[in-house]
Amino acid sequence: MTQSLLHQILDYTNRANPYPIYEELRKTPVHHEGDGPYVISTYHEIRSLLHDPRISSDARNLASQATDPLPETSQEEGALPPGFLKLDPPEHDRLRRMTNRPFGPPHSPHRVDGMRGELHDIVTGLIDGIGDPGRIDLVEQFSYPFPVTVICRLLGVPREDEARFHTWADTLAASLDPDPDADPAERGKGAHDARMQLGMYLAGLIEERRKNPGDDMLSQLATAKGEDGPMTTMELLSTAALLLIAGHETTVNLITNGMLTLLRHPDVLQRLREDPRLAVPLVEELLRFEPPVQLVPQRTTLADIEVRGVTIPKGASLWLVLASGNRDPQRFDDPNRFDPDRPDIQHLGLGSGIHSCFGAPLARLETQLALSELARRLENPRLLEDPPPYRQNAVLRGPRHLHITCDGIRPR
Amino acid sequence: MPGDGSLEQLRREGRIVVVGASLAGLRAAETLREKGFAGTLTMIGDEPHEPYDRPPLSKQVLLGKAAADRTALPRSRAVDATWRLGVPATGLDMAARRVRLADGDEVPYDRLLIATGVRARPWPREAEAELDGVFVLRTREDSAALARRLAAGPKRVLVIGAGFTGSEIASACRERGLPVTVAERGAAPLVGALGGVVGAVAAEMQREHGVDLRCGVMVTALEGDASGRVRAAHLSDGSTVETDVVIVSLGAFRNTEWLAGSGLGAGPRGIACDAGCRAFDIRGIVTDDIYAAGDVARCPHPLFGYQFLSLEHWGNAVTQAGVAAHNMLSESTDRIPHMEVPAFWSSQFGVNIKSVGVPSMGTEILISQGSLKDHRFTGVYGYQGRVIGAVSFDHARWLPFYQELIETTAPFPPPFTTVDRRPDGQRPLDADFPDPSVPTHGPTVTLSGYSPADRRMTFTPAH
Amino acid sequence: MVRIAVDLNRCQGYAQCAFLAPEIFAMHGEEALLYNPDADEAQREKLAQAAAACPVQAILVDAVDAPAEAVSGAR
Repeated sequence: MTQSLLHQILDYTNRANPYPIYEELRKTPVHHEGDGPYVISTYHEIRSLLHDPRISSDARNLASQATDPLPETSQEEGALPPGFLKLDPPEHDRLRRMTNRPFGPPHSPHRVDGMRGELHDIVTGLIDGIGDPGRIDLVEQFSYPFPVTVICRLLGVPREDEARFHTWADTLAASLDPDPDADPAERGKGAHDARMQLGMYLAGLIEERRKNPGDDMLSQLATAKGEDGPMTTMELLSTAALLLIAGHETTVNLITNGMLTLLRHPDVLQRLREDPRLAVPLVEELLRFEPPVQLVPQRTTLADIEVRGVTIPKGASLWLVLASGNRDPQRFDDPNRFDPDRPDIQHLGLGSGIHSCFGAPLARLETQLALSELARRLENPRLLEDPPPYRQNAVLRGPRHLHITCDGIRPR
Repeated sequence: MPGDGSLEQLRREGRIVVVGASLAGLRAAETLREKGFAGTLTMIGDEPHEPYDRPPLSKQVLLGKAAADRTALPRSRAVDATWRLGVPATGLDMAARRVRLADGDEVPYDRLLIATGVRARPWPREAEAELDGVFVLRTREDSAALARRLAAGPKRVLVIGAGFTGSEIASACRERGLPVTVAERGAAPLVGALGGVVGAVAAEMQREHGVDLRCGVMVTALEGDASGRVRAAHLSDGSTVETDVVIVSLGAFRNTEWLAGSGLGAGPRGIACDAGCRAFDIRGIVTDDIYAAGDVARCPHPLFGYQFLSLEHWGNAVTQAGVAAHNMLSESTDRIPHMEVPAFWSSQFGVNIKSVGVPSMGTEILISQGSLKDHRFTGVYGYQGRVIGAVSFDHARWLPFYQELIETTAPFPPPFTTVDRRPDGQRPLDADFPDPSVPTHGPTVTLSGYSPADRRMTFTPAH
Repeated sequence: MVRIAVDLNRCQGYAQCAFLAPEIFAMHGEEALLYNPDADEAQREKLAQAAAACPVQAILVDAVDAPAEAVSGAR
């Protein structure tokens, strides 16, 4: 073996198909090389660790930063404090509860459901605007602009500012990725600057929303006074940054992965065209088959814990490879088959436990709608290249471009 | 008699009778069909309704958010059964393999599943129980009548017994803005199921929501007016509560009287079965054609020293139904045991309470995450140095971890720290369960007897 | 009408159902779920979305091919 399994995961040449590496990884469900992280790759172990209160999401509990090949953006001084994604209870619970207030039940039960019409209009507009059906970059023309537009409207971020935060968001997403060729210090600085600039941008916006509140989430978060009191300004900034970035990076990949998977399974695409209701189970299977977050790299142990006979010491860094657990034959029959009719699908695609995806219901609706409308309206779509070029990122994995062609666009 | 084709014949053209047409009975019937049983299936139920779900009856229905007659259980498949509804079973002839019905009919069987469940324990003084405005809550009719009365806006509701059902009723009443008094014989609500440490939190929740909670008292008498309507209750501390609606929530009786004299090992504590849900006869010998499932069954549990557990839990009914149905159609070596860790839930005063294992066996409790004060926490129960149960208040996502500790008989107190450990959780506390010889309302798990070979089991004498 | 039951032992309060089909499912506090056990046929599509999205697959919905067949007192 010329390259460790860990580096094979990170190696860009494996980006289009990391699944054989995961299969290799699952032979040692708790994989540990040198002073690297403990990599967990089997379904039941991942699931149980996601519900294990001895596991912390707070990087301050890591024994040493040096053992993790992923740079820890939350350790930077001066920029925003970590969002609730990187906090433990009770701070995590309090911030997530407050963030949920203007977003979901019990306080805002109709927010997401009420966006159905708006989502449909955005999708329709984007498909109408495709132009030349002979060569479409689905990422540029659809998968990216759709969720970005949605998260901007939801948060109350002006759509015309998208170009500005797009750069910061890209930099921050890239900082999650352990590119072996990049200089970590350089990248850490890039991420630091991006967080700083995003923070300043959001601070201005929040100030504006405090003066003229709308019914967007930012206004409500900035003015809310629930049982937990108001958020501090720093909490508000880091929460807003988290929502803005997490709110679209992952959904872009989910939609693109979805279309790519459908184009590789024309029978399923045909079924979806005939019955848009298939989108519902299909998206769940997609979250299993090609999850947009491949692994959770930022967990650590608060005690020595034993997993499958291996003692993981206190303070160790853990990687939970969700995408591998989703292909574990111990849990899913014939796991490498894409099967939207799969029964009892409890995938790990949106995580599990207290940190499970905050925006999950929105991501589900967006992807269901995107895929069923693309299936309905694109005439005879085909891939122009397979595999497509991927982004560098091994964690938030997805195509950089998805070039397709079709015979025409059906009317609405 | 493996290998002689009798099982094959049973599957093809046998007669299976299910007594009890509620959750366990229905799920068993569905499982039988799913596993290929092609013979005749008869469902016998004393209530004149198709199988319905009971948990909503003390929650959504009392809040006016669902109708009592619309909680029928969803069907996973057609069961193609003959339904004898509204006709209680009155007797069992084990030798002739026949079930006797109240209308005089007799139904023959090759395999029998008993899932007759429990019924609400009524107010012990019959004349007082007959007063208008005195309710129990178990059936669809109970719930419909109570919901109607609550919607009419009574002056004050009195709930007798602060177990789970009583507490849920009190919660629904407060949410409807009705004045409520709760009278509990124990030191706190839920004390029988969860102990005094957690009971104190339940008491705090009730009082914060405006319940007039009175613990350590008994209701000694209910008083009616001239027209036969309840008007007041007298308490053991000498006080009187003026009330026009009284809900008696004092637990349940197991529906086993119809088996008296049959020779089956059935009594007030339920029907004793083996881990595969096969019922014992009164000699302590297991039958091979009679099974029991759900609230009425008592099964030895390997995780709890093979003690016989009776579990009035929704999940237990579903699991045992599946186990019994599978085993009825299987050779002895293919049978499966009932080993699921007990689990239940309750929601009251806006808090989701869940538990796994058998907290009431615990002698100590450690608040491992969160805080009692916030009403958001997990508590782990210890018994003889191992983890035996766990409870969560709005912390359900952590519970699978504690279930694993129970399943692996992990040591207590757990020798590790967790996220969100507070001063509450620095050391174990006395779990503070009431003296088992003093009856309390509503522990949902009871322990009785020891091993299947234990001949000291007591049964209701036949009359 | 469509009959519904939720296995609340499995439910961990992820609230996906309450987001996607708020006419049928509602959170009561942070974690407790209340639902209408008998939804309107017109809600079947949203109900399917809610059931599919449940991360612990706790929502039981009438199978379309399982008719109500209970007949009181029939032999």
